[in-house]
Amino acid sequence: MNESQKKWIPIFLIVLGICFVVIGVWQQETADVFRKAVNICMECIGLG
Amino acid sequence: MFSVRRSIFAWSVSVLVKKMKRHLRLMVQVCFTALTNGYAAGFAKGTIYKGSTKMYCVPGLNCYSCPGALGSCPIGSFQAVVTSRDHIFSFYVVGFLLLFGAILGRFVCGWLCPFGLVQDLLHKIPFSKKWKKLPGDRVLRWLKYVVLMGFVVILPLVVVDIVGQGQPWFCKYICPSGTLFGGIPLIVSNPLLRSALSWLFAWKMLILVALVLLSVVVYRPFCRYLCPLGAVYSVFNPIALYRYRVNEAACTQCKTCQTACPMDIPVYQTPNSAECIRCGKCKAACPHQAIVSTLEKSKTPCQEKCGGMSLKK
Ligand code: SF4
Ligand code: SF4
Ligand code: SF4
Repeated sequence: MNESQKKWIPIFLIVLGICFVVIGVWQQETADVFRKAVNICMECIGLG
Repeated sequence: MFSVRRSIFAWSVSVLVKKMKRHLRLMVQVCFTALTNGYAAGFAKGTIYKGSTKMYCVPGLNCYSCPGALGSCPIGSFQAVVTSRDHIFSFYVVGFLLLFGAILGRFVCGWLCPFGLVQDLLHKIPFSKKWKKLPGDRVLRWLKYVVLMGFVVILPLVVVDIVGQGQPWFCKYICPSGTLFGGIPLIVSNPLLRSALSWLFAWKMLILVALVLLSVVVYRPFCRYLCPLGAVYSVFNPIALYRYRVNEAACTQCKTCQTACPMDIPVYQTPNSAECIRCGKCKAACPHQAIVSTLEKSKTPCQEKCGGMSLKK
């Protein structure tokens, strides 16, 4: 793969990343993250 | 008299600028950690922030159960989504990691991660013999990919209870960042949590203490061998927008870069190694300014002359 082709890989991944974030928000995954993050996570702090 | 004062002033400014440049990374690390963990009341009250910013991920391993945390850890968030009953994959977190990875790669590790900062500070503690890596380093490096696939992806998805709910295996059994930034401050300031201590906390403290002690001797042992988030960003290092290049015409293969590198990377051969945390020490050490990032132009005229053809990417 030459350098100019290689340059497009991160651009493609950034576009893919944005699409994934939009799909995730649309599927309400942010609600799962929020719910977990605003309650003390017993597993994280080592209480099980 | 006036010109003497002026030259003293100019000299002091240049010394200050040099000092600031030398400590720029540390300043960014401290400021970013303070900014993303700025809920001071949480530490005093033994509780955590509950505002809407918690739905957004931060790039580093920053526990959302840290009393000060204003955002969410991507590794914890991924496990939270896949262990919920509604999803088996997190487009949101993977998309976020694709974005940060494709732009910065492991620059996040060197500059924006609180647990990376902790290990950097611990390694500054003087010790009679410092090691650049552990024996068996080549094999041990692969452990972080095993932790990523096993404890972050497969076990949370596969091991489920009767209602189909999994557990965040990495957070529960391994993560030292959760113990340090979440567990310890909450247990110190919250008597209710203190009364619920069990063997699991002892196990996680054991991991934390072992890593703290090891960090004094070896540079960033957790990042090198265990961190699943570092494993994700490492894959992006060779292709991220922010990369290093070596100007082969300027490089004399003197290995000064490798000597300066705390991760012991032969930078002149592999400037985009998966282990590179983009600390910039190799760039600063190179006597020929042969290492440049994709944001800079090479100071040596050769780059223009060679049209970039002799740059190792
Ligand atoms: S325990 Fe570790 S992995 Fe889990 S949310 Fe906290 S920092 Fe992230
Ligand atoms: S490897 Fe993990 S703990 Fe280390 S700096 Fe990167 S994200 Fe943070
Ligand atoms: S010294 Fe250079 S190669 Fe080594 S970790 Fe820092 S930036 Fe990467």
